Amino acid sequence: MTLQTVLLVAAALFSVGLYGALSQQVVVMVMMGLELMLNGLILAAAGFWWFLAPDPSGQVLLLVIIVAMTVEMAMGFAVATHLHRVRRADMTDMAADLSG
Amino acid sequence: MITHISFWALAVVAVLAGAAVFYVNSMARASYALAVSFIAVGVQVLLLQQNYVGVVTILMMVMEMAVMAVYMVMFMGMNPALMPMSMVHGKRHALAAAVGSFVLLAAGAVLIPWPARRDAPPADLTKALGEELMGPKMLVMAVVGAVMAATIVAGVVLAAHRTRYDRFGDDLRHRPAKDPQPGGVGR
Repeated sequence: MTLQTVLLVAAALFSVGLYGALSQQVVVMVMMGLELMLNGLILAAAGFWWFLAPDPSGQVLLLVIIVAMTVEMAMGFAVATHLHRVRRADMTDMAADLSG
Repeated sequence: MITHISFWALAVVAVLAGAAVFYVNSMARASYALAVSFIAVGVQVLLLQQNYVGVVTILMMVMEMAVMAVYMVMFMGMNPALMPMSMVHGKRHALAAAVGSFVLLAAGAVLIPWPARRDAPPADLTKALGEELMGPKMLVMAVVGAVMAATIVAGVVLAAHRTRYDRFGDDLRHRPAKDPQPGGVGR
């Protein structure tokens, strides 16, 4: 287990998440893609912290990433609920009013 | 040695479960796959000696996937475990972007000459994190608390079926309130 191997795994998780976030049509599935990208970020940040500078302030950054993930999920569910209530829509293509 | 083997086994589980999220044909299975991926990463974070962050990640993601299952039952109007689905667009471009980002990130991870570790970790990492949050990094804790509170308010406002604007109009001056079931004294 080295920094390089940790970062490789994190890069794989980030890329899989990117594929999902770009390709999926259902809002919840897009959110899953974003979560997977943040999953990779958590692992990369943990690797950087442990292998480069393991002082406590680095862990605070990790907590901030986890909070960002929580906020993204909570707001994503709220927006998806609102979208479903107003338009009966659960797909991104059905809510493309501002695109272009 | 056991740590290395565990790390690689968890890495394989995390990436394969992550890929399974977009391969399986129902949202329930996708949720479970995402939960497995997060648990594997949480255990990897534990292997990197960050006990608090690792445990928080695992607990939070298990709860989040439970919420996601409830969400699917509420809004998708189907048995999500059995309903097959494949709703994708721009698959080829997304795949190219994903492969490109992996090649770029992997090249950076392998080719950059990373510096050696600067300091030794403190003896009790969780205690050190607590002291950091309650001491020099108190501002981070305060901002995070305010952001979480704002998220709760915004989430409820967005998800609520009827709000005060529905009852009292856009200027909040409409009286009596427009309620589906009138009530109260004198009405």
